Amino acid sequence: MEKYECVCGYVYDPADGDPDNGVEPGTSFADLPEEWVCPLCGATQDNFTKLD
Amino acid sequence: MYKPIEIADGIYSVGCRDWDIRDFHGYSTYEGTTYNAFLILGEKNILIDTVKEKFSDEFISNISKIIDPKDIDILISNHTEMDHSGTIPKLMQLIGEEKPIYCSKMGAKNMKSHFNRDFNFQVVGSGDELKIGNRTFSFLETRMLHWPDSMFTYLVEDAILFSSDAFGQHYCGDKFFDDEIGDEILPHARKYYANILLHFSPRVQALLKDVEKMNLKINMICPDHGILWRDNPSKIIEAYDKWSKQEPEKKVVVIFDSMWDSTTKMARSITSGIESEDVAVRLMNTRKWHRSDIMTEIIDAGAIVVGSPTLNNSIFPVIADVMTYVKGLRPQNKIAAAFGSYGWSGEAVKILNKEFSEMKLDIIDDGIKVQYVPDDDDLNRCFDLGVKVAKTLKQRLSDTNKG
Repeated sequence: MEKYECVCGYVYDPADGDPDNGVEPGTSFADLPEEWVCPLCGATQDNFTKLD
Repeated sequence: MYKPIEIADGIYSVGCRDWDIRDFHGYSTYEGTTYNAFLILGEKNILIDTVKEKFSDEFISNISKIIDPKDIDILISNHTEMDHSGTIPKLMQLIGEEKPIYCSKMGAKNMKSHFNRDFNFQVVGSGDELKIGNRTFSFLETRMLHWPDSMFTYLVEDAILFSSDAFGQHYCGDKFFDDEIGDEILPHARKYYANILLHFSPRVQALLKDVEKMNLKINMICPDHGILWRDNPSKIIEAYDKWSKQEPEKKVVVIFDSMWDSTTKMARSITSGIESEDVAVRLMNTRKWHRSDIMTEIIDAGAIVVGSPTLNNSIFPVIADVMTYVKGLRPQNKIAAAFGSYGWSGEAVKILNKEFSEMKLDIIDDGIKVQYVPDDDDLNRCFDLGVKVAKTLKQRLSDTNKG
């Protein structure tokens, strides 16, 4: 699954999810809950871009 | 004129003192600040960070007292915020634009956005090392402490940690080291933490754990602002551990503003109620206290009580300023309550409760609103609210200790 990078440099990797914030490993970026924000800088999901 | 200080063999502090600054992007700096930068002489001469652009002439003059600035071979940029990067373009023009700038990946990106041009960026990440003669510079990315680009540079042989903004303080004076100033510096460090780093507390905890695992020997911590920690660097590390845990103490901050002193009367009664329970209290009028000083008082408080009159169907503008600021810094583990006088519609308490809820604070009472001027009964209710806040806080603290 595709990884997405935040403006702050944090990379969301679906393989890892974000368990600290209730996101199970295996969750695609598109399936993240609407309220999920970057765990590093707090930016909303529209600040992420897909990594090649 | 500032004289560069040799802080270790061949290592100089060459930054500048800003005695005059009183407003640092909305943070009150009653004692000014410094922009620290460090020159390390050796087989190659290395400069760590620069200063605010306004001080570029003084900065270059400081360096000139030790070496010809053209003899600087490498620049390390730990942080791209302009108080540390502002002099980079001028400096590079002077020393040679082809010379390398070591920085994090985000550092390179940010500098391009700041200067709208490229330099010879050498991107480094955590664990990367630069060996120059008998010196080893080891890099540690500290992303979002407090910018995406932030990193530490650790000088292995001298055991000096150049920590960028972390462990800094906005303080400017004739003292340069912790042993010269003593504990007088801690309130400045605490204010810096409260206003610059509090919202990244989970990252601070993670970083402290990483550093502990690395078992780094640290003789000196050199932040980019204020005094250097050479006598007892563990003191500031322990303070960061405490502050980042955000453990509540038996203390309440009552924050308020008033138009015709009605909300003031309520605030004072609440304060008396809190004091009657032997709980520490700070009563802070938002037009008398700077938002950054209010924030500094909040970090170790177990409760905040906020009072606002209703103005034009909303909360008072200065209260909105403080609430926006406090909310952004994400204080945790606190209980909260609201109060305020109003004329006819009285929305303020409801709006404040909504803010508390969004901040994930624990609202322990619906709050008290009083039309126009509070009478004795109203003031007694306010006193009782103070008692309730204090008792609830004491109970929470006692439950936590038992747990």
